[in-house]
Amino acid sequence: MLALDTATPAVTVALYDAGGDRILASADHVDARRHGELLLPSIDRVLGEAGRALAEVTDLVVGVGPGPYTGLRVGLATAEAFRAALGTPVHGLCTLDGLAYAAGRAGLGADEGPFVVATDARRREVYWARYADPVTRLGEPAVARAAELGPEVLALPAVGGGAVLYEGTFTDVRAELPVDQSAESLARLAAERLGRGEELLPPRPLYLRRPDAQVPANYKVVTPK
Amino acid sequence: MADEPLVLGIETSCDETGVGIVRGTTLLADAVASSVDTHARFGGVVPEIASRAHLEAMVPTIDRALAQAGVAATDLDAVAVTSGPGLAGALLVGVSAAKAYAYALGKPLYGVNHLASHICVDQLEHGPLPEPTMALLVSGGHSSLLLAPDITADVRPLGSTIDDAAGEAFDKVARVLNLGFPGGPVIDKWAREGDPGAIAFPRGLTGPRDAAYDFSFSGLKTAVARWIEARRNAGEEVPVADVSASFQEAVTDVLTRKAIRACTDEGADHLMIGGGVAANSRLRAMAEERCAAAGITLRVPRPKLCTDNGAMVAALGAEMVARGRGTSSWDLSADSSLPVTEPHVPAHGHLHDGHHHDGHHDHVHELSRKNLYAP
Ligand SMILES: [Zn+2]
Repeated sequence: MLALDTATPAVTVALYDAGGDRILASADHVDARRHGELLLPSIDRVLGEAGRALAEVTDLVVGVGPGPYTGLRVGLATAEAFRAALGTPVHGLCTLDGLAYAAGRAGLGADEGPFVVATDARRREVYWARYADPVTRLGEPAVARAAELGPEVLALPAVGGGAVLYEGTFTDVRAELPVDQSAESLARLAAERLGRGEELLPPRPLYLRRPDAQVPANYKVVTPK
Repeated sequence: MADEPLVLGIETSCDETGVGIVRGTTLLADAVASSVDTHARFGGVVPEIASRAHLEAMVPTIDRALAQAGVAATDLDAVAVTSGPGLAGALLVGVSAAKAYAYALGKPLYGVNHLASHICVDQLEHGPLPEPTMALLVSGGHSSLLLAPDITADVRPLGSTIDDAAGEAFDKVARVLNLGFPGGPVIDKWAREGDPGAIAFPRGLTGPRDAAYDFSFSGLKTAVARWIEARRNAGEEVPVADVSASFQEAVTDVLTRKAIRACTDEGADHLMIGGGVAANSRLRAMAEERCAAAGITLRVPRPKLCTDNGAMVAALGAEMVARGRGTSSWDLSADSSLPVTEPHVPAHGHLHDGHHHDGHHDHVHELSRKNLYAP
């Protein structure tokens, strides 16, 4: 299983052997501006390190966001093109779910109750979702200014780059937990869900915002008044 | 011929998702998905809408092209993709998909220049390009005169627009006339009913001291708008057909005059015209007349190959393969301002590091953004 995610500043790739429950190789870079350049060389390196060919991969797992659009599309276009070339099925997972799962693996106990995952949505907003525990999301992911989330959300243990960025607004930031997305967690989560017979998401981007575009007013009159 | 390279080309620099397949200089498939209707109500291409549409259309368009060509992906000799110039986010979808597709198939990858592709596409219509080829590229994003001694390695900018692209002028005049977006086809249609000599609109940069090969359409656009407003303010009807014909005449007059002058000055006996505006019927007719009078052979591809498409990218990719040019590496990036002097982007050893280009390259290769709404 090859997992990748480009919906956050991280470009993360992991090759996971679900049968043997082990990560064969992985690569993580944090560089919000170079997703397009970094992703394929990372995949090539991961496959090379594991001594496997892309054609041997049985399942592709891709983070579908939410995330800033340009980077997000790199991962989805890549996974979709792999599918087009090789017929390998592509499974989508919410990027925030991967972070929640990673937080669970890093020690955020189920006994701690609900928590919130937030990533940077730019324009002073965060993509966020609430979780009952590391594998149970409460409701759909959303985008908002951190300060608008309401005291009951902001007081929850908070995980992810968006929480760290707005520390202070989020009052219980767990900076010791993974801040960046990891394809390793994404792969393990996907394997777990597929193992339970669950359907994952189609590989379609979660933008959560409409494209910025205004219908222009009529043309500007050029004749001086 | 079966030993000519079979190449798939991907183009996503603006609002058309294009995938073409060629064998050498033979066109096998030209599949295009356009998001132009979505942009129409915004009066211009909205980059984020274009990028979203590219992602959705990418794989279906690849599949459609393969079916059209009747070839299997495994038979391809290479995958080519527009790596620039163009809209950054839009280019990135095509580049990401092309890299992954080539990688998965184990095929070489060629990142190529959009403008050089516009020239090379004519090989699919009229056979191998003469060397050198003089090319006039005119569209909503570019207006340039280019001399190409070798389309895979040596393309020289002679001149370009100093303000609006020719296609942009069509869009803006169409907007003033309330004719909708895009403006090119609709003005062409109206102009057929009008008198091209009815109104004497200015010919920009045609004075004896003006740059011989540069263009300017901003003044013309303003002159047309003023003329129309004067009529409206006087409560008179605006003669849409005459305005369209006279405006179109001014644009095509300047374009062909300068192109022929460049041919004569450089000793080029062939003129190639490409880009979306090359679909304009008056431009084609006038170029034919003036080229014939000057003893220059005119090469204009059919309209569908003039607008942005994947076949042009495949055509240049096939030429790269045929001439043994270097392939691109897996870290190929989308370069929204790729200079026209770089017909392709070979793996490393290339001059630029991350933020490359020495900064003096000018508007020649840059997609004009004046009619684009910010991302
Ligand atoms: Zn173009």
